[in-house]
Amino acid sequence: MADEVILLDTDFSIFGMRVRVALAEKGIEYEYREEDLANKSPLLLEMNPVHKKIPVLIHNKKPICESLIIVQYIDEVWKDKSPLLPSDPYQRAQSRFWADFIDKKMYMPGRKILWTPKGEEKEAGKKEFIESLKLLEGVLGEKPYFGGEDFGYVDVALITFYSWFYAYETIGEFSIEQHCPKLMEWAKRCMERESVSKSLADPHKICDTVLMLRKKHGVE
Amino acid sequence: MAEVKLIGAWFSPFSRRVEMALKLKGVEYEYIEEDLSNKSPLLLKYNPIHKKVPVLLHNGKPIAESSIIIEYIDETWEGPSILPKDPYERAMARFWVKFIDEKCTVPMWKACSSPGEEGEKAKEEAAQLLKFVEEEIKDKKFFGGDNIGLVDISANFIGYWFGIIQELMGVELLTKEKYPNLCEWIDGYINHSFVKDNLPPKDKMTEVFKAFTQPGYSGYKPKV
Repeated sequence: MADEVILLDTDFSIFGMRVRVALAEKGIEYEYREEDLANKSPLLLEMNPVHKKIPVLIHNKKPICESLIIVQYIDEVWKDKSPLLPSDPYQRAQSRFWADFIDKKMYMPGRKILWTPKGEEKEAGKKEFIESLKLLEGVLGEKPYFGGEDFGYVDVALITFYSWFYAYETIGEFSIEQHCPKLMEWAKRCMERESVSKSLADPHKICDTVLMLRKKHGVE
Repeated sequence: MAEVKLIGAWFSPFSRRVEMALKLKGVEYEYIEEDLSNKSPLLLKYNPIHKKVPVLLHNGKPIAESSIIIEYIDETWEGPSILPKDPYERAMARFWVKFIDEKCTVPMWKACSSPGEEGEKAKEEAAQLLKFVEEEIKDKKFFGGDNIGLVDISANFIGYWFGIIQELMGVELLTKEKYPNLCEWIDGYINHSFVKDNLPPKDKMTEVFKAFTQPGYSGYKPKV
């Protein structure tokens, strides 16, 4: 019997993109459904009553929520192709640690850059964001991917932020390349993978939308 | 030299979770108490990123973050399973741990420690969130089913610590009337053999919480 896989998502979501990348890496066919977050569908509210957020993966009618939990689920169910997490428990723990770090130390500083007016909070966001990226660049070292020779879990967790780099740089008035050249090389390497290039949203569209929303809400 | 070491803090629910997991698996370990108001070179060496406890050292290699450590313990040692085997059940377990830790704990804490309107708002928020947890435990003895599992181990703040703070501060949030199933779980939980020996004494915890709320207190305080 064929698997039924549905993804509730929004095109610009950093978290939703992670799931798209993971599904593409595994070659899984699925139905993509774009959610309007200002008008959430009954299906979303039914499948994620606790958070009412995307992404939600619905596999044979059963929902899984929270992007990294979904990615791990995908890796465990479709385990015969393109493993994302390492097989060694210690390496797995390290991968989980860095994905957790990315969630904790990049998203909120990034939001400060984009959505706060010029001032201390924005600068603090910028500083933390750059520091986090530099740390991750150090973790990457000379490896082609965070997963080593192969694209893996941490790569999935981080690469989706790349589609938002142009917005962060434009609004934050800084260059990520200048601070983290090796990380940019890594990002470009990841973008050569079809699973990534087809899953990530257009950085210019993202930036235009952020600028439009900033103007709408009077953020200087 | 001990192959397994745990850097922890006696009053920390995160630290105690890891101890519970180690004991469930029958792993022998050396426990190292950390003074969080004066962090040791050992802690700063093995958890330079977050500088927090618990940190597990296995053959000298560090693992940080309690939920990550617990999964590592489950994967490394034989013994009763902490996470379910089925991928969907595993995803659900991880979901509830994340929900409890990232969403419930802060408003629950603030409901007891923040004055005035902030405390009231936090109490309302916590009350709503706990309804989801109440629903989840409804037809089960433990979150893990017949036996304690990842969610039970990780919900120790709700299971024990919160009751002490709630009583000390005279807040009525987690009551039998409003959360009969969750309170029944708590009773079973704190009397469970692997849990009850891994809880800090109530009187000592009460003293710690009292100290947190004293003006001019300058020791370690959890960031909320």
